[in-house]
Amino acid sequence: MSKQPPSPQLFASAAAFEEEPSQAAIPAAFGRNSWKSLGWAKKNLFNTRLNTVLTLACLYFLWRTIPPMVEWALVNATWLGTPDECRAATGACWAIIVEKHRLIFFGTYPYEQQWRPFAACLLFVAMLAASGYRPFWRPWLAAAWVATLTAMGVLMWGGVFGLTLVENDKWGGLPITLMLSVFSIVLAFPLAILLALGRQSDLPAVKALCVGFIELMRGVPLVSVLFMASVMFPLFMPDGVVVDKLLRALAGLTLFTAAYLAEAVRGGLQAVPKGQYEAADALCLTYWQKMGLIILPQALRMVIPPIVNQFISCFKDTSLVTIVGLYDLLTAATVATTDPEWRPFFGEVYVFAGLLFWGFCYSMSRYSQWLEVALNRHNRR
Amino acid sequence: MKTLISAALLAVAALPAAAVAGTTLDAVKQKGYLQCGVNLGLYGFSAPDEKGKWSGLDVDVCRAVAAAVFGDAEKVKYTPLSAQQRLPALQSGEIDLLARNTTRTLSRDTANGLNFAPINFYDGQAFMVSAKLGLKSAKELNGATICVLPGTTTEQNVADYFRANKMQFKPVVIEKNEEMHKAFFSGRCDAISSDSSQLAGIRAAEAPNPADYVILPEQVSKEPLAPAVRQGDEEWTNLITWTVYAMIQAEELGLNSGNIDAAAASPNPDVKRFVGATPGNGKALGVEENWAFNIVKQVGNYGESFERNVGAQSKLKLARGVNGLHTAGGLMYSPPLK
Repeated sequence: MSKQPPSPQLFASAAAFEEEPSQAAIPAAFGRNSWKSLGWAKKNLFNTRLNTVLTLACLYFLWRTIPPMVEWALVNATWLGTPDECRAATGACWAIIVEKHRLIFFGTYPYEQQWRPFAACLLFVAMLAASGYRPFWRPWLAAAWVATLTAMGVLMWGGVFGLTLVENDKWGGLPITLMLSVFSIVLAFPLAILLALGRQSDLPAVKALCVGFIELMRGVPLVSVLFMASVMFPLFMPDGVVVDKLLRALAGLTLFTAAYLAEAVRGGLQAVPKGQYEAADALCLTYWQKMGLIILPQALRMVIPPIVNQFISCFKDTSLVTIVGLYDLLTAATVATTDPEWRPFFGEVYVFAGLLFWGFCYSMSRYSQWLEVALNRHNRR
Repeated sequence: MKTLISAALLAVAALPAAAVAGTTLDAVKQKGYLQCGVNLGLYGFSAPDEKGKWSGLDVDVCRAVAAAVFGDAEKVKYTPLSAQQRLPALQSGEIDLLARNTTRTLSRDTANGLNFAPINFYDGQAFMVSAKLGLKSAKELNGATICVLPGTTTEQNVADYFRANKMQFKPVVIEKNEEMHKAFFSGRCDAISSDSSQLAGIRAAEAPNPADYVILPEQVSKEPLAPAVRQGDEEWTNLITWTVYAMIQAEELGLNSGNIDAAAASPNPDVKRFVGATPGNGKALGVEENWAFNIVKQVGNYGESFERNVGAQSKLKLARGVNGLHTAGGLMYSPPLK
């Protein structure tokens, strides 16, 4: 409740108080604040009979849920120990995470070599974070990415510099989830822009192709796209031609995400005032100049929220690759619970996996909010 | 930047494009490893352990085939498969061998174009009861209360079994699996029924003390699990078939991973043929003469594999029962290797 934005009246009264420096500073301020929040509560939570009832009901609900949850998750939890110790305790069994964390994070990657996917993930996340920082948006960032991706490839595959070769059928866990989601987002984005432009094109063939693709992809569930990519596609290939399973799943995810992103981008294109198109034409800009310099910068800025929405959903969608037999983070977590001794504590593993997913998605969402403000600063008056 | 990433991905694309030339065996030898389809994670049959290493009864079949072909049980690549994916993966040639707890049935053998190797685990619906009852057979369950899920084939099988044996039972119908397990372990019913491998898993995971519960030996349904290959390659089918038989035969001959080195000098003609001292078997199958020796040396005989993965040395603690050798009253029987 304390995080609610204060009402304008509160600001006004706070300002009024600040103009009276004669009062004893700290204790009075304390008293004032608590009076203020009481006043705020009365004004916003207990102002009508219905609101009073709802407030009390919510408080009761929180009182009934939060303390038992804290008790389960923290107070009575077993942090280290054996399955038997977990059975004896009443709280959560985080010991299963401690015991199985290597399997959850890295799947079937050879145990002694698991520092390599760990290092690759660190590198990847660090690079993603750095790329989010606007002053770094310079040509050298592209070079840094090439270097990072090369380093990641070397770390994951090995086979050079004395690292043993680990082929990608043994990869699993967090690296798979991160790579699938980031690569499919990065590859889907340019494809989505082309599709959105194609959908608005005056050329009937291009337009029909783009509309057909987008509607087809949006008309089927992702599960069936993945299934086509991983199960049906090899049946159509000539004997002996095997396209890597990871790559097939990545292609499926990319095409699917691109179709949805394209519609978000189209929304932006349609929201750019017609005068902007006409002004660009009046300046005799070519089609690509018009789009690249005038229309897209405005359009994309407007659709940051839906685009990020799609990114987040793509990140979560990667957990569906389990149906095509890839060891993503969630699959590895599920497999960690198949050990009969630890099976009663599957809930904790899913809570842990959920927190990991939440962490990544929440960071993306926060970053997008910041980016939106930063990019639209000049539009503010 | 994006083009660079896509270029990097294209490099990924170019990786495994092995050409299948001729038969599966030749293709496997040429690429240097066996591509084996396994379960994503089924404890005791195929699952990665804490260290991410695959193990299990089905995984041992993959390893045994690799030992027979290459003399090295480690030359296996595992393709984890979901239940829907397993048959297309085999048909499309993505995998060379399917060892993923697959029940052998007539329709799978015919319409789905599979060839099954010998059964490596006889699963089936059984009953679990408290050890305190002192029961030895499901035939003594007359009058028992049994927890069942409503409207399942499990319930149907139980009813059929009791009717066929002129016995009565009181069903306790419970809608959810977890609640059914809880009801059983809290003593609300005398028995629960499910596939014996699943009962063992339930016992290990949820029983307050697993030793207090026994799985009765009778199986009231048939779920014979067998490795499978594509139809139309007899040479490859033969090799998988005799690999499974070799593990059973080794147990019958008393050969295991510990004594196989010493047995290589045995005068027993069966053993001499088995380890390849008397040549012929290897040539007939298209592999080295010491193929069976390598299987037992690196993977073990069937009994070792059973005990290690689902038997007494594992958390599942399944008794051999129907999966015992025919000499011990089980169903495991290998034709002679000669």
